[in-house]
Amino acid sequence: MYEIFSEQILILDSAIRLSVPLLLACLAGLYSERAGVVDIGLEGKMLGAAFGAGAVAYVTGNAWLGLLAGIAVSVALALIHGFASITNRGNQIVSGVAINFLAAGLTAVLGQYWFSRGGKTPPLTDGGRFPEIDFPFAEQMMDVPVLGLIYSELLSGHRLLVYIAFLAVPLTWWILFRTRFGLRLRAVGESPAAVDTAGISVSWLRYRAVIACGILCGFAGSYLSIAISSGFGLNMTAGKGFIALAALIFAKWRPVSAMYTCLLFGYLEAFAINYEGKEIYLIGEVPSQFFQALPYILTVILLAGFIGKAIPPKAAGVPYLKERS
Amino acid sequence: MSAGQLPRWVDLGLIPFLNLAAAFLVSGLVVVLIGENPLEAVKILVWGSLGYGEGIGFTLFYATNFIFTGLAVAVAFQAGLFNIGGEGQAYVGGLGVAFACLALDHYVPWYVTLPFAILGSALMGAAWAFIPAWLQATRGSHVVITTIMFNFIAASFMGYLLINVMKKPGSMQSETRTFEDGGRLPFLNDIFPSFGFGYAPVNLSFFVALAACVLVWLLIWRTKLGYEIRAFGQNATAAVYAGMPPVRIIVVTMLISGGLAGMMAINEIMGSQHRLLSDFVTGYGFVGIAVALMGRAHPVGIVFAAILFGMLYQGGAELSFEMPSITRDMIIVIQALVILFAGALEHMFRPTIVRLFTPSRALETKEA
Repeated sequence: MYEIFSEQILILDSAIRLSVPLLLACLAGLYSERAGVVDIGLEGKMLGAAFGAGAVAYVTGNAWLGLLAGIAVSVALALIHGFASITNRGNQIVSGVAINFLAAGLTAVLGQYWFSRGGKTPPLTDGGRFPEIDFPFAEQMMDVPVLGLIYSELLSGHRLLVYIAFLAVPLTWWILFRTRFGLRLRAVGESPAAVDTAGISVSWLRYRAVIACGILCGFAGSYLSIAISSGFGLNMTAGKGFIALAALIFAKWRPVSAMYTCLLFGYLEAFAINYEGKEIYLIGEVPSQFFQALPYILTVILLAGFIGKAIPPKAAGVPYLKERS
Repeated sequence: MSAGQLPRWVDLGLIPFLNLAAAFLVSGLVVVLIGENPLEAVKILVWGSLGYGEGIGFTLFYATNFIFTGLAVAVAFQAGLFNIGGEGQAYVGGLGVAFACLALDHYVPWYVTLPFAILGSALMGAAWAFIPAWLQATRGSHVVITTIMFNFIAASFMGYLLINVMKKPGSMQSETRTFEDGGRLPFLNDIFPSFGFGYAPVNLSFFVALAACVLVWLLIWRTKLGYEIRAFGQNATAAVYAGMPPVRIIVVTMLISGGLAGMMAINEIMGSQHRLLSDFVTGYGFVGIAVALMGRAHPVGIVFAAILFGMLYQGGAELSFEMPSITRDMIIVIQALVILFAGALEHMFRPTIVRLFTPSRALETKEA
């Protein structure tokens, strides 16, 4: 019995690690889509950030500078998306596709040019990577039954960005639902004309939402290259941006639900890794591809309206045209 | 700023040209950043894709893929739908081709297999588009999101089939057995040796693609269904008011779109690889979006745009060979910029152009 428990704790522990990039990207998308800018370029922004962070952290040997660089790259890509979809009122889906391609291409081309390692960045030195944070008395608590395992394995020993990601959830909730900025941000995603009538700039609000999205994607990408692994690898986001998008819909564009959804998707991934090729109790062997597809299948079922209904912000994807002509 | 304000040649010629020029200009800047000469790069790219027979052959081979995926996106565009699931639909379409070829290649020549392969790929591609289409039509789930999800589901599904079910026994690679002659389309080099296509895999499916262009044109502009699709795309409310059934239009359009995307597999699987293998689509479905945008969702435009992207693919390969500091991924950068400038920033130059083409007197009278 205790062995099953400790095994589950280890799976949960890796579920947390795996859910962090999803959670950060999901919250990023939340700001953008709540303000009415649909963003399928989360993947590209994460990838760009992962590359920027990996490259700068290697060159400077400083994880913090790496993080800043990651955020800068991601915000720059977010501003391109903003320029296309807010200022030029272009198609937001097309712009998102372009951002994804741009990040995939540029990281590979520049990575090869700068480091000549087939697109990878060189492995980081100690200072270039965020260290694991051990909670006080984690060693000693290890021997306490049940609680000790939860404290030392599950809660302690993650890297800084993990804790930042989970702190970002209440922060996002507070910003969106308890501040004036948040109220306006949600309003501009539902009825931009009303916001405009109140004398508030629709464009400036949406730009701020897109920048917030860029910052969070920057954290997500940096986590991949300078926290959970040591350096950037080609296409290292591997669809995580799209799982985050699925999670955003699954969570019905709400921050706390987003956290639970990302934990669920992270758990599915950890579970699949743990049980790869092994028999699952009472079920038998389940192909790992099934677990890979499960987040997407669940999201489609949700979108079909069979488990609650996911209703996006009303003005999502619709460019705002101030004057009629 | 309605479209009618500009002469037709400006709308269909000058503005797309400017957008494309901007995309190539920025690509050139990237080349400069890497420390290479962009003009030299353009020279290598054009020579590599059009300068000799084998290069042209490769260009046309890639163009065949892009014609199919571009048509797929374009047909959906006409109905106001955005099908970005071409990637998954083409991948599953490969299954249809493989079924036909694996079943028939021992017994009949390729021209008997081909109709079954076309049918199989179109059916499988359409089937993969059906659920997103149905959900969009009846439950209002956005087709963009569901088709993205289905791309990933396709990757897992095909991965499972290729590793666990269809894999050639004893092989390490996740691929089926190689087809016999009955499952191989003839290469154009064997039909027209005088063109000197050499080892380029361009094959008979190039003509299938051109035929598909003609059929799509006929469908969209010369049939009742096409009229309904266009009417629905222009103004869904008006179309429904005129008595056109929205569920049927959405589902049928998406099935045609998915079928066209699936047919891309004929070129790759039956035309070139001669076996079903994992990840053979590698972005062709997404490039279809750029092709449809540049081709203004019209078959003629799509053929030109597909050849342009075929040139980029083939020329880019040549470029990475001649200039080792520029990797093949440079093509992806150029594609991204084309999608950005020709798609998302489509209207960036428009206000300036409108100002240039509006006689100043007309402006004065309007303001007065």
